[in-house]
Amino acid sequence: MTASLDILSPGLATTVQDLGRPGYLHLGIPAGGALDAFSLRAANALVGNAPDVGALEIAYRGPRFRVAVRSARIACFGASASIVLRREGVRRKLDVGRSHCLLLGDEVDIGAVAGAAILYAAFEGGFDIAPALGAVSTYVRGGLGGWHGRALKAGDRLPLARHRVEDRAEAMLEGLELPPTRCLRVVDGPQTDHFADDQIAAFYNSEYGVGSGADRMGARLFGPPVSPARGHDIVSDAISLGSIQIPGDGQPIVLRCEHQTTGGYPKIATVISADWPALGRLAIGDKVRFQRVTMDEADAARRAYAASVESLPARIKPVPVEVDLASRLWAANLISGVCDARLNLD
Amino acid sequence: MSDYRILPAGDAALVVDFGDRIERALNCQVLALAQAIANDHVEGVIETVPTFRSLMISYQPDLLPYAQLVRRVGDWMVEAANVAYPSRLWRLPVCYDESVAPDLIEVAERLGLSPAEIAARHTAITHHVYMLGFLPGQPYLGDLPAELALPRRVSPRGKVAAGSVGMAMTMTCVFPRETPCGLNIIGRTPARLWDPSRGEGCQIMPGDRVIFEPIPLATFEALTKPAAEGGLQPRFESAEGGLFT
Repeated sequence: MTASLDILSPGLATTVQDLGRPGYLHLGIPAGGALDAFSLRAANALVGNAPDVGALEIAYRGPRFRVAVRSARIACFGASASIVLRREGVRRKLDVGRSHCLLLGDEVDIGAVAGAAILYAAFEGGFDIAPALGAVSTYVRGGLGGWHGRALKAGDRLPLARHRVEDRAEAMLEGLELPPTRCLRVVDGPQTDHFADDQIAAFYNSEYGVGSGADRMGARLFGPPVSPARGHDIVSDAISLGSIQIPGDGQPIVLRCEHQTTGGYPKIATVISADWPALGRLAIGDKVRFQRVTMDEADAARRAYAASVESLPARIKPVPVEVDLASRLWAANLISGVCDARLNLD
Repeated sequence: MSDYRILPAGDAALVVDFGDRIERALNCQVLALAQAIANDHVEGVIETVPTFRSLMISYQPDLLPYAQLVRRVGDWMVEAANVAYPSRLWRLPVCYDESVAPDLIEVAERLGLSPAEIAARHTAITHHVYMLGFLPGQPYLGDLPAELALPRRVSPRGKVAAGSVGMAMTMTCVFPRETPCGLNIIGRTPARLWDPSRGEGCQIMPGDRVIFEPIPLATFEALTKPAAEGGLQPRFESAEGGLFT
């Protein structure tokens, strides 16, 4: 039989993403990949995948899908979400931050996400999708990678790499709360010298709201305008992840992982790499400030981020048997929906 | 040696900036530096991104710290003065017919030329590929003579077809995919500039040269179908090393 997730409803903008395809900016192709690489790594770790396996990136509202494989293992990480599993007519809530076993015919509904914009749903073994330019990440504007180069649609049958998963203790991540993004750290450059000191000060003293068009490419921010001293047009220059452009209206645009590769607005500062996952988590309507740091501080932050990534495997614990017993029995069809009332109590 | 500035672009990229202008000689310095870095195969450099006026270097700061990279840039600048980078010549078929070129008639009126004269002047130029950007595989070509120079459209078009050839100021762009666009569209090529199913998918690279060859509408239509199936490629003309430094 085939092994797939049959998409009943796609969610708002659900795409397959891995850690991206660095190395093609010079061809006009952004690295892309997960907006929040930290959460992708966590979700993958929970199902025992390597960090760079492709998972579903869910923005704001998730998909509803049917499991068309003998068994599968899912783990969600990132924003909080209300995830409902329906098996043989019985509904049960699935927690974010731990793995769960799914069976043939299960329906999973990942509803609205909260606390951040992005949630990852990783599946043990990942998807059976051929990489494009070294990655399974979807680059929608370029029609490249992922599932036919686009976001999921109802009726898609997304092939899973694994046809069944082992019955084993489920995994959970404890004590790992993602704080809401209220501040992003930046370093000067490349065009900070296009701005007078009072304009730079205004930028750092202001709070900006994330505009409604924010997506994987970038986010327009709304707040006190910043004006460049030398005009808002420069001869096109390369853009990097985290570049903060100041266009003619003075409202900053912060570029995310699927940014255009070149642009003609001066860039007042650049978000440091340690804060790229936090930048990816920013949701429409969030408020954010920018904190100016030195290159040494950026280096220290990057090392701290790398340490938190490295600590992920050690933070993963088996779900205690007493907590998991009921759901495991349920998964094994040894108990009926009658017992579900008990499950709701724990 | 030329003047340049090193500007940080976060903690994993820096920009070697040669000036805020579009100028062939300046862009050739950018391309020569990119080649000098490529020749060095240094660990920690992820890639270089040439633009009109600068070269961005993406790097892994844990392998190649910022201060060390800045010193290496000085070495590479010295080597760039004597480096040759490849410059291939492409002949790209373009149909200059108003049915596939929505701005051709208006451009002709604004420039006081006939559509045929626009095509004749545009195909007479050997265009230099300054950079790729904005969309995958999208080349920025120059330079247009003063008689073809005009500003962008006042109101950008919501979408132009894949293969559209547009002009603004001194630049010509070819759009590999359907896209919103503010340039004046004067023609369309049946060739696919970017095909993600084919390796890295890009044929035309920064430093290459492009000559547009006029084709009649009937030829365009005949070529469009095989091009859509991946059949037609722009003809590869030569592969001599250009020395523009």
